[in-house]
Amino acid sequence: MSASITLVVLMAVLYGTGVYVMLERSLTRILIGFLLVGNATNLLIFVMSGRSGDSPIIDGQTDAASTVDPVPQVLMLTAIVINFGVTAFILALIYRSWWLSNLGDEGDDVTTGEEEDDAAEADQAQVFHRSLEGDDAAVRTVLEEGGDAEDDIDGGRGPEPEASERDRDVMR
Amino acid sequence: MNALVPLLVILPLVGAAVTLILGRYPRVQIAISVTALTAVTIAAAALLAVVDRTGQPAVVKVGGWEPPFGIVLVVDRLSAIMVVVSALMLLGVLIFAVGQGIADRDRDTPVSIFHPTYLILAAGLFDAFIAGDLFNMYVGFEMLLAASYVLLTLGGTGSRIRAGVTYVVVSLVSSLLFLGAIALIYGATGTVTMALLSDRIRELPLDVQVILCAALLIGFAVKAAVFPLSFWLPDSYPTAPAPVTAVFAGLLTKVGVYAIIRTDKLLFFDVPLTVPLLIVGGLTMLIGILGALAQADVKRLLSFTLVSHIGYMIFGVAIGTELATGATIYYIVHHITVQTALFLVVGLVERVGRSTSITRLGGLLKKAPFVAILFFIGALNLGGIPPFSGFLGKVGLFEAGAASPSPLVYVLIGAGAVTSLLTLYALMRVWNMAFWRPKEDVEGYESPLTESLQESPEATNGTATGVATATGTSKLMVGATTGLIAMTICLTVFAGPLFDLAQRAAGNVATPEMYVDSVFPGGVR
Repeated sequence: MSASITLVVLMAVLYGTGVYVMLERSLTRILIGFLLVGNATNLLIFVMSGRSGDSPIIDGQTDAASTVDPVPQVLMLTAIVINFGVTAFILALIYRSWWLSNLGDEGDDVTTGEEEDDAAEADQAQVFHRSLEGDDAAVRTVLEEGGDAEDDIDGGRGPEPEASERDRDVMR
Repeated sequence: MNALVPLLVILPLVGAAVTLILGRYPRVQIAISVTALTAVTIAAAALLAVVDRTGQPAVVKVGGWEPPFGIVLVVDRLSAIMVVVSALMLLGVLIFAVGQGIADRDRDTPVSIFHPTYLILAAGLFDAFIAGDLFNMYVGFEMLLAASYVLLTLGGTGSRIRAGVTYVVVSLVSSLLFLGAIALIYGATGTVTMALLSDRIRELPLDVQVILCAALLIGFAVKAAVFPLSFWLPDSYPTAPAPVTAVFAGLLTKVGVYAIIRTDKLLFFDVPLTVPLLIVGGLTMLIGILGALAQADVKRLLSFTLVSHIGYMIFGVAIGTELATGATIYYIVHHITVQTALFLVVGLVERVGRSTSITRLGGLLKKAPFVAILFFIGALNLGGIPPFSGFLGKVGLFEAGAASPSPLVYVLIGAGAVTSLLTLYALMRVWNMAFWRPKEDVEGYESPLTESLQESPEATNGTATGVATATGTSKLMVGATTGLIAMTICLTVFAGPLFDLAQRAAGNVATPEMYVDSVFPGGVR
């Protein structure tokens, strides 16, 4: 079996960077690492089909020896779909984790029927919305300044230091 | 009869789809889930009867494609036993969950998503058990894992999200290892059909076989929670709702063990695995149970005993004789039942005593005598006291070990006996503290027994999990738990026939040629 060296090198790089990023504590980076490693594994499956060749369509003219092995492509396709579903779930998990670290469980209860609680929660919700607007504004300024926005948008770490503290607590 | 085979996967999947659509009608959802799982249980029991009578595995070529081009589903005695036991467990736990929903009046739990997810978990589980090729097994694993992610983080409370993150990341890594191993195996042999692999792998050089086998086994060992890859389990299982924990504890790790048996016996029977598996098996037993001794939280304690008892199964697989495989299969059945039942009992304890920490529980014998009896039977059974099935399973394993003696096997038998005693010690301490001790003694209780206990992180933070606040049990919850405990007693009463069945299943497993012949009746091309 022979394989393209480019793909093998690409796979190795993806595995290496993926595992490295996955070792971070931030959930978003874990997700990025998972995507890289997942794609590296897909490439590994792809590499197993050997040399490149004609598309494996049997129409009476193609020579079976010159076509590629279609099975790894099928396996890869299934693996991609599964990765996609899991990614969607992790994104939801990250969002929930960010929500909890910013608002706590109270963020879920909009009305409890008790007026005092409702008032307190309404206050909290307002504070939250204000902080959201603040975040948006901060992101916008950063974008306009053309600075490196990447540092701010990872792992659901808010701009406030204490938010990121709590965030880490949730992840631990 | 073969038409029943795909039904095992199709019925739960269709049930999941219908219950998802009918999310607004909880009663209809309950009816559909219970019907689907009952139907699967009956189908699986019928399959087990047929497969056991003929001794030939039932093979279905999905879509009429001949293997190795199409997917095959293979139900031999081992698969059938696993499917029957897990279907019964899923049904029992489902009834418990319904009972809990009734006791809660469905306020706090997002029930509309519970039933579809639960049925998808069932479908994935059955698919992994009956898969005739490695990739289909991977898909089955992914189905049940995806469902388990949702079930574990049900309600999305802080502690569950925290536990879910560990669980999801560990599962993802193990799945990727599994997938990578499949890719390598395909590269080496050009197929993923297990029957064909069984034939082709032995033509590979031994060192290549060892690498491929190790890659697969590491992936499965994470799922089965074998030491040193077991750290994630006691951290993630206990925070989930009681029924979910019960299903996870009973079934999910056993899928890993099942996959290890298949890998060892069907695919890589030439690779000498005895010594490494014996070592990890022994370490899993001892380290698991030592962890259990330090826990104050009963759910965490049981999670550690779960890890520890996986070691017995690895021990059985490691010995590798037909006798040992039979004993392992019996032990798996016993352990699935008793562990699920015990977690359900703890679910009841949690609701009667409003805590799961033995430093805070007390006087339960007076308060809930029936729950106490259920716990006592389950605990003695798990601890391996005669005449219960735990004792019979362990004796079976030790006998099989003594039949193929080596110094290491004797060390393992010793470790197994010690583990069994320590399990009993840990569970009897729970009994003494939570049930036997009068309620008024709980405040300011001092004893060497409780000095070194470690509270669960949730308890020390003072934020109880969502379930702990709910109280009250319903007849359905107690009934389901009683049913499962009664099943563990049945495993004792009917131990003779069941052990024979397990031995016949082991006979199937020990002759991979038969598996290959049933998939390729005309011989392997």
